[in-house]
Amino acid sequence: MEAVLFFLAAIGALGGAIGVVAMRNPFYSVLALIVHLFSLAVLFLLLSAAFVAAAQVVVYAGAVMVLYVFVVAYIGGGEESAWEPIPGQQFIAPLLGVAIFVELAIAVLASSLLALGTDGPDVKAGFGDPAGIGYLLLEKFLLPFEASSILLLLAAVGAIVLASRRREGESA
Amino acid sequence: MNIEWYIVLSSLLFAVGAMGILIRRSPVVILLCLELMLNAGNLALVAFSRMVDNQQGQVFAIVVMVVAACEVVVGLGLIVAIFRRRLPLDVDELRELRG
Repeated sequence: MEAVLFFLAAIGALGGAIGVVAMRNPFYSVLALIVHLFSLAVLFLLLSAAFVAAAQVVVYAGAVMVLYVFVVAYIGGGEESAWEPIPGQQFIAPLLGVAIFVELAIAVLASSLLALGTDGPDVKAGFGDPAGIGYLLLEKFLLPFEASSILLLLAAVGAIVLASRRREGESA
Repeated sequence: MNIEWYIVLSSLLFAVGAMGILIRRSPVVILLCLELMLNAGNLALVAFSRMVDNQQGQVFAIVVMVVAACEVVVGLGLIVAIFRRRLPLDVDELRELRG
């Protein structure tokens, strides 16, 4: 059962990822990324990371993707021009991607982590639930938690400054 | 499922994202491919956190999500600003900063 679920989610995640790269229209790329994110949430659930999975669905597939859809609708889903500034880019780039995968696969195969070939240890019932994660965030990782809140505020202010309409006569 | 499967899937997703960044020229799609790579990293973090039975990896994954959200907001703000100025939305034509 777990294996079936894993492979279904893996196919969804991989198909979504390839869809993002292969779709010519950016709007369809965004929709493919939503499929990818939902499949990843299923994988997180299989890894008993319930809170991360919930955050993935709510924050990523919900909020961030809505932002993407709005921006793509605003700038229009124009297709890329056929003009190719770098000759052979369409052939060299996939080769480099395959090279990265081979490199990572070598790193995984050559790793001396013995637990990599196991299902992982049996975890306690509360592993990865909101209570455990929240305890860690507010007790042990309070400083990174607060720092990320400042980072979010800065990003929001920066986005408003970047995207705001400038008055006439003001230099760019 | 073996943890190894998750790690292999994560590296595959990372490779697909990297390939997308190399192939595509629209800044929006390049941001989407960045998301793919960040999520591949998240999957590896959560898988390793399961492997060593330690929730701290999941906290790290949540922080990665926060940073990804910030990056998206700033990146999309830049794209909207580029669009407002009637500049081409193509990373090969926006080459003023190239040395």
